[in-house]
Amino acid sequence: MNGKALIQALNGVYEWVDKRLHVTDLFNHTAGHPIPKSSASWFYVFGSATLLCFMIQLLTGCLLALVYVPSAAEAYTTLEYLTFRQELGWFLRATHYWGSNFMVGIMLIHVTQVFLFGAYKYPREITWMSGVVLMLLTLGLAFTGQVMRFDEDAYWGLGIGAAIAGRSPMIGQQVVNFMLGGPIIASETLSRFFTLHVFVLPGSVLALVALHLRMVLTKGINEYPKPGQIVRKETYDKEYATIIKKEGIPFFPHGIWKDLVAASIVIGGILFCVLMFGPKGPLGEPNPTQIDTVPRPDFFFLWIFAIAALMPDYMETFMLLVAPPIIIGLLFILPFINNTGEKSWRRRPIAVLSVILIYLALGLLTYLGQTSPWSPDMKAWSGAETPREFVEGRSPLELQGLAVLQNKQCRNCHAIDGIGGHRGPDLADVGTRLTKDQLVRQIIQGGGNMPAYGKNLSPYETDALVAYMVSLHPRGEQPARDSAVPATPAPMSVQEGEQHAAVGAH
Amino acid sequence: MTTETNNDKPCGCDHTPEPKKTSRRDFLLLLGFGLNAIAGAMIGIPLIGYLLSTFFKSYPLQWISLGPVTKFPEGATRLASYLNPDHREWDGQTAEIPCWVRRIQENDFQVFAINCTHLGCPVRWFEESKLFMCPCHGGAFYENGEHAAGPPPRGLYEYPFKVENNELFIQGGILPTLANPMDDKKPRH
Repeated sequence: MNGKALIQALNGVYEWVDKRLHVTDLFNHTAGHPIPKSSASWFYVFGSATLLCFMIQLLTGCLLALVYVPSAAEAYTTLEYLTFRQELGWFLRATHYWGSNFMVGIMLIHVTQVFLFGAYKYPREITWMSGVVLMLLTLGLAFTGQVMRFDEDAYWGLGIGAAIAGRSPMIGQQVVNFMLGGPIIASETLSRFFTLHVFVLPGSVLALVALHLRMVLTKGINEYPKPGQIVRKETYDKEYATIIKKEGIPFFPHGIWKDLVAASIVIGGILFCVLMFGPKGPLGEPNPTQIDTVPRPDFFFLWIFAIAALMPDYMETFMLLVAPPIIIGLLFILPFINNTGEKSWRRRPIAVLSVILIYLALGLLTYLGQTSPWSPDMKAWSGAETPREFVEGRSPLELQGLAVLQNKQCRNCHAIDGIGGHRGPDLADVGTRLTKDQLVRQIIQGGGNMPAYGKNLSPYETDALVAYMVSLHPRGEQPARDSAVPATPAPMSVQEGEQHAAVGAH
Repeated sequence: MTTETNNDKPCGCDHTPEPKKTSRRDFLLLLGFGLNAIAGAMIGIPLIGYLLSTFFKSYPLQWISLGPVTKFPEGATRLASYLNPDHREWDGQTAEIPCWVRRIQENDFQVFAINCTHLGCPVRWFEESKLFMCPCHGGAFYENGEHAAGPPPRGLYEYPFKVENNELFIQGGILPTLANPMDDKKPRH
């Protein structure tokens, strides 16, 4: 058989199949659909990159489920088995973990790009709204995924979730029980989150992705916006049809190559992180009686953790329960608030400013969540050293005070010269800020977010502690004094004192 | 399908279908919907009942022993733990619930839940400063459980307790939250 005959035969087969399955038609209406030439841009690769991450998550997730056992008694053991015993289990766990980070990150870039390019405006409202739901589902997957890594952080993370749920008015307890699958965090809690993470949420994502892509096909991908090109409901559809007619190119094969390059970069990035950093955790066992733990959420939820610490407490319940639905609601109806007009970010200063502000706030809160200066440093009292200059030259009484400061765990919240907790102010120069009397009052009565130590310190201990704290001021700087008391001649600085002593010795 | 084809290809005359026939078709369609609604409800209601069973169940506190009172020295606060009375065999380590027991003197106790009243993180006891400190958002509580510093909206949750035959019992078995604090302490605000 020669080549020509072979091609003819293959064509025949193709035509036979096409007559029945209509694949050419399907291709022309999907992968081969025309897109504006301007949309084949590097800015437009993030949607497909997010979808790629999701595919990686589906694949690695299925493979992890071959070994993982979603039971409170077994989950931790199987995680360790996956990490250390199962061949390439560490690779799967790491790929799933980094895949999720990349998915959330790239999704956020996608949302931001779509927002800045005005793609949510007429006639792509449903594309945007399905995207908002997809974003929530993705964050839900990331959150429930943390619970699958069933270690101490997962256990206490569930506790935090229950505490937030318990703030709901009227039906708080019912919501807590519903979330936990009972009155307490136990195996049924893990099973619930497993069901969400493995069945409900991924299934919903698939359905929503279908809708999202269907909208891209019916209403077309957003053309690259030009400043001054105004969206009007009456004329837009015609204008878009003209663009497609004049400079439309088929997505496959002419538009897709940038997506393919981006996809390989994403896979390369995930692989890089997998090989460089490996899987996350698991940390300590999910043993509630092991309370020497410092629960922290994964990176993408640190900003919420920070908000919970920094909000004034009277508005905390509002911020945790009421604000999120309002923000999500506003995002959801954005296309109806702002349906037409300019698309280009160059003519939408408020949109640009909002994006900058939101990312600045999220970035700062994440940084604060990472460092969490509001948390006491639980080991500072036994572990933090005192720099030499804060010990040297002190009187016996002052040294006793230093011992009290250390033993009474003051340094869990107060650093000396940056060493120790950062809950309260650094004590390195406290002597210049508070007088002796003010120090006594502050220690005995507390206040300004400091506990009162009155019942817990003997008068002698207080005396010694205050004497030491008065001595905490930089060389040459005077201790604080009561403004009502007339100033006495400045006491000699340590250096002057040393000079005098040196002269005396001669 | 047949209906659609019939509609797509009208007979070419202005003759409207007899109302009698349409109403029969409509009736059968309605019957189909109706039967499926009933069947759906018969399956759906138990499913919803299964899913929401926790919503309607109440979980009363149960008396649990923490062991002989001699385990707890007077004037001291100690970590204790109990087996969740409602635990499942596959709960593993999560069945063991910790709590802080403060024995003031003789049979006078305070038993605190481990969970910070702010967002539920485990508070730690510091004997020297007589404070409970939370590792999450910096909440602090005094020896008697009262709020000392930080964002918690109230003092530590307290288990009801009783002493019988020199054995300490607490009433527990739930994860305390602001919605179900086990005690009747008032919030700060």
